Amino acid sequence: MSNETTPQADPAPGFHSNPSSNKAASWLTHLLADLGKNGIFIALVVVVVLFTILTDGILLRPQNISNLIVQNGYILVLAVGMVMVIIAGHIDLSVGSVAAFVGACSGVFAVTWGLPWWLSIILSLGIGALVGVWQGFWIAYVGIPAFIVTLAGMLIFRGLALAVLGNANIGSFPAEYRALGNGFLTDLFGEFEYDPFTLGIAGIAILALIVQQVRTRVARSKYGQDVEPMVWFVLKLVLITAAVGSFALALASYKGIPVTLIVLAVLVLIYGIIMNRTIFGRHIYAIGGNRHAAELSGIKTRKVDFYLFVNMGILAALAGLIFTARLNLAGPKAGDGFELEAISAAFIGGAAVTGGVGTIGGAIIGGLIIGVLNNGMSILGIGIEWQQAVKGLVLLFAVAFDVYNKRRSGGH
Amino acid sequence: MTTNILEMRTITKTFPGVKALANVSLSVARGDVHAICGENGAGKSTLMKVLSGVYPHGTYTGDIVFEDEVVEFRDIRDSEAKGIVIIHQELALSPYLSIAENIFLNNEQRGPLGLIDWNKTNLEAAKLLARVGLRETPTTRIMDIGVGKQQLVEIAKALSKRVKLLILDEPTAALNDEDSDHLLNLILHLKGQGITSIIISHKLNEIKKVSDSVTVIRDGRAIETMAKLEVTEDRIIKDMVGRDLEHRYPDHTPNIGEEILRVEDWTAHHPQDVTRVVVNNVNLSVRAGEIVGIAGLMGAGRTEFAMSLFGRRYGSRISGRVFKHGTEIKTRTVSEAIEHGIAYVTEDRKTFGLNLIDDIKRNISMASLGKLTRRGLVNDNEEYKIANEYRTSMNIKAPSVLAKVGKLSGGNQQKVVLSKWIYSDPDVLILDEPTRGIDVGAKYEIYTIINKLAAAGKGVIVISSELPELLGICDRIYTISEGRITGEFPIEEASPELLIKHMTMEKAR
Repeated sequence: MSNETTPQADPAPGFHSNPSSNKAASWLTHLLADLGKNGIFIALVVVVVLFTILTDGILLRPQNISNLIVQNGYILVLAVGMVMVIIAGHIDLSVGSVAAFVGACSGVFAVTWGLPWWLSIILSLGIGALVGVWQGFWIAYVGIPAFIVTLAGMLIFRGLALAVLGNANIGSFPAEYRALGNGFLTDLFGEFEYDPFTLGIAGIAILALIVQQVRTRVARSKYGQDVEPMVWFVLKLVLITAAVGSFALALASYKGIPVTLIVLAVLVLIYGIIMNRTIFGRHIYAIGGNRHAAELSGIKTRKVDFYLFVNMGILAALAGLIFTARLNLAGPKAGDGFELEAISAAFIGGAAVTGGVGTIGGAIIGGLIIGVLNNGMSILGIGIEWQQAVKGLVLLFAVAFDVYNKRRSGGH
Repeated sequence: MTTNILEMRTITKTFPGVKALANVSLSVARGDVHAICGENGAGKSTLMKVLSGVYPHGTYTGDIVFEDEVVEFRDIRDSEAKGIVIIHQELALSPYLSIAENIFLNNEQRGPLGLIDWNKTNLEAAKLLARVGLRETPTTRIMDIGVGKQQLVEIAKALSKRVKLLILDEPTAALNDEDSDHLLNLILHLKGQGITSIIISHKLNEIKKVSDSVTVIRDGRAIETMAKLEVTEDRIIKDMVGRDLEHRYPDHTPNIGEEILRVEDWTAHHPQDVTRVVVNNVNLSVRAGEIVGIAGLMGAGRTEFAMSLFGRRYGSRISGRVFKHGTEIKTRTVSEAIEHGIAYVTEDRKTFGLNLIDDIKRNISMASLGKLTRRGLVNDNEEYKIANEYRTSMNIKAPSVLAKVGKLSGGNQQKVVLSKWIYSDPDVLILDEPTRGIDVGAKYEIYTIINKLAAAGKGVIVISSELPELLGICDRIYTISEGRITGEFPIEEASPELLIKHMTMEKAR
């Protein structure tokens, strides 16, 4: 079947590009649609530009860019899991405590017991999964609201973290373990001003991105789907290439690619595919959009809920490992307030409070906005008290904007 | 002062695409009990919502004259201030508050300093409870009393507002016989105290018992008003259904094959009140190419039957057997039911059928994503193509399949739900009120789709309270009342009168 078979259903103006007269209109439609979709991206650009000006360019110095990733890595890892939980209509308040608990356990494994670093990491992730099984059981199969279960979890796992640590810090992790938090991949081909390995990886990433975009576009037009105008498409690719390229240049001139960034990139790739292209991901959106309708469509909502929290447990564990590795210390205060930053990231990134809406990419950008705010305000020497207040306002306005947008478009 | 407490003159109310009321006039004499009857969707509730200010002045045309004065209600508080109180079918009580608190909700009895005077509250509540004949202490919580007593609390609440005109929307629909009798007697008792009542009801024996006059509404028009002496069941039924059945339904030549689905001794209990039998020993079957109707009034157990069969989405202590092509199958979960080729289109598509914030494409694929998946990945281009095919074949009017379902009209939303289930490739489709809230043109399209499904050898079960619809499209019709199948009629033998009689058949007392 081709796209010629839909003649009776009169398309709204601007949906099919007619020659010449409508070309400008179609252009504008696409531009506006894209701006709407990428509003969060634009917000990030605005925040970056603002703080670049305010800090006289310190924000964009190579060292600072590298720090931005490393300092916010664990929040971004949590944001990936959190946005999925939020899309399904739940919340997880326990991730900070779980991160602390798993960090403490990993200290016992890697330092106290002296297990090999890789075994310690696997065991720690396993503990995260078990935590998820525990919480998922109560939420999915007993039917206790996630807010309550994870509020309890927040207390339980903070307590267990203290118990495991026995009122002491555990420190001095093996170097391989520490790399998770503050390692860099660099100088594999010798020392240069700009690390060729970093640039090479960036080049491959850009190439893969372009190939993927072009393939999607070709497949879509083959199926008669509406695609954006060629000029706009190319322009977008150029912009993306420029952004990734200059980012890579910054990293290459400093220490190279942080291990945390690689972990993050892999997570974003995998979870992006899960959310958009797998049945599990589709079911998460369906459940968040209308749980009753999902159930009556044969979706096993309990199973989906359960695995969502298992997944969140694993990601919280990973965040705990990265944080512990970065500090080279498993301490009782670890993970304090992580849950709030992760939840903020998801909501700033466009997730709906009522569920059903949100993206992995949005949550990552939301997390980056928080990161840039933290970092920029710290450079400016703004006190922690005002940093908190500003972040609170940003969250409030982001959600208010989302609610306003929905009301205007007559959503339900 | 004239003898009429209320006159509604040429009321017309339109919703987008649907004329719900057309030039309806209604006069209610002071001190009467006035019954309004009509099929579901005839416009009774809409008329009462206009009267009580739920639909404010300006959203309808025509005049309301109450106690010789033209009134323009902006909301329900305005009408209550005049002494018009409506008690909806769904009771508006807060389960965790006491009887007294509910009675004086938003009308609290205050003492000095503006604080709530609890002694006065409970004392006044006790007086009101005595008036309605409810022997409960005012401090009892609503959730601890039965629905019959809750109905009395609603009436006590109305009395506390110095009600002059009491409107009851199907007051006995959820009540047992004893409670119904008590309620009807109370209405007569209040009449003795000078309170005028309007009672909306399907139950003809009830109407005959309490009402002084009856108005029948059909298709948004007042057909006639008769005085007590003129009322006969036959006349009411004729008024309720008497319409032109020609050309509102597409031609359907049945080509009926083997039996596909048979349900035996299906029984389900209320999910909370497990002693209450909601679906009582239902036996029915459907053959290939056959359109089978289930005629029943709201609350008769028809939706409960369908939902308990479809993956046990309703009820408790469910028992009975299901056979497909003669072999017994289990339908304990929705996915199990879908795997056995059963599809259920709900009566409430917005709450149970659609993800309104997502697009047409993803709604259509929701129940059959497995079909679009290769090596673990959903092929979204294929999904787009298939959604577009359904958009064309079902004539879904939308700019593209990427349009959000929440923005479509009721008829188009229903076509999306139907597409979803047709794409799941079922052998049997259970359609629950498939044309509710849909305009006439779209109804015809839905009927055409149903015919096509039957012609393709599928078994179709249509649940409806609109008799002309069932008579227009079905090959065979079951009637259901109080959870039991009360009759089975081949289409040649079925008539509206016969069906209504069996739909309102009550258990032998």
